[in-house]
Amino acid sequence: MLKKRIIPCLDVDRGRVVKGVNFVDLIDAGDPVEQAKIYNSEGADELCFLDITASSDDRETLFEVVKKTAENCFIPLTVGGGVRTIDDISRLLHHGADKVSINTAAVENIDLVAKAAKKYGSSTIVIAVDAKKNGDKGWNIFTHGGRKPTDIDALEYCIEVANLGAGEILLTSMDRDGTKIGFDNDLLSTVSSSIDIPVIASGGVGNLEHFVEGVLKGGASALLAASIFHFGEYSIKDVKTYLAEQNIAVRI
Amino acid sequence: MKLVIINYGSGNLHSVNKAFEVVNNNLENPYEIIVTNTPSEILNADKLVLPGVGAFQDCKNAIHKIDGLFDSLEQVVIGEKKAFMGICVGMQLLAEKSLEFGECEGFGWIPGEVIKIEAPADYKIPHMGWNEVTFRNHELLNNISQNTDFYFVHSYYFRTQKNDNCIATTKYPNPITAAVLKENIFGTQFHPEKSHNNGKQIIANFLEWEPS
Repeated sequence: MLKKRIIPCLDVDRGRVVKGVNFVDLIDAGDPVEQAKIYNSEGADELCFLDITASSDDRETLFEVVKKTAENCFIPLTVGGGVRTIDDISRLLHHGADKVSINTAAVENIDLVAKAAKKYGSSTIVIAVDAKKNGDKGWNIFTHGGRKPTDIDALEYCIEVANLGAGEILLTSMDRDGTKIGFDNDLLSTVSSSIDIPVIASGGVGNLEHFVEGVLKGGASALLAASIFHFGEYSIKDVKTYLAEQNIAVRI
Repeated sequence: MKLVIINYGSGNLHSVNKAFEVVNNNLENPYEIIVTNTPSEILNADKLVLPGVGAFQDCKNAIHKIDGLFDSLEQVVIGEKKAFMGICVGMQLLAEKSLEFGECEGFGWIPGEVIKIEAPADYKIPHMGWNEVTFRNHELLNNISQNTDFYFVHSYYFRTQKNDNCIATTKYPNPITAAVLKENIFGTQFHPEKSHNNGKQIIANFLEWEPS
């Protein structure tokens, strides 16, 4: 049986791991390569780096981090943040990323999704979607690391990028991110039940039960978390053991 | 001894190369690993690895665009029976044809065709993630337990014409070919380079393999 994937995510700023609460108040939590090695040995199913470095001058630092991680961790590595062009994707893959996640650039230039999927294969292209509840009218997406609102409906957008060849959707709830009150399972199930490609749940996980709910209520194929792992509240193994006890298939 | 990893611009070339390097460094008599698309170097290979991600036709076109690449491959693998390993689309290319984006001819080294995964509506496509593999005993699967998880990412799969050529399967929920074998030609649908320690074991087995 196909396993539900547990994916620790590292927010990286100028080569260092940080994690924000609602995208602000960044706290330093260590060296990304060392963190990645720990997650790899603990049984993470994939790794995810989100580069939040503001200046493009510091981009080389990220490439170095990706390269070192790929030399040490033989599980899939997704890298996102600041990916704007086919050339950006190509450079990340060249340094050892297995998948590249695209956020703002896909919203501004939807053709990029089809182009990237055609060039590197759908399985390489993850579309990251930051969604925020829009009253009772569903969810709208935000760009620029959650700073810029749009009037684009999240569900319609996810359907569109799936049709254009995206391999999976990394769906972050802006309302839940950093709150530790659980994934937005309405958002997850709405999107997941409307598209064929896998959806990765992100934003809001605070305890073991939240992971279970992301699968059972949200219909997520994979579960992404950041701070809950970094600060040692739970290990990857704790999460997998708990999921297995609830009869959810995981790779132990 | 030379191990050639074929470089035709495949997205997983770097990962494959790294994984082979790490495993190779632990061997008593390591190979010289050469990443290349030059026919003269391919003709001197003792073992060959063909990576591959993306669409079948794109991969095939990329290979045929490089002058002499396919002919040299065919000479070493079919003519001289050197050990060969294809990964993901690099394995699917061994088929006679693929039905991805219309019909496209493959290498035709192993009878069968590459077809879309058929699964119930609640099964996501691509088949992406870790899934259990069962297999027939063979030295290429030494030190691997039955039902071990490997990492898959694909929407199409290789349906071999002969059961004999399918040595490993996974289930989603219908059986899907996970590995093929015909004489000196081995291929995995899953990504050993991304399947942690068990993936490294498959690579080690391939490096030690001496097809008779």
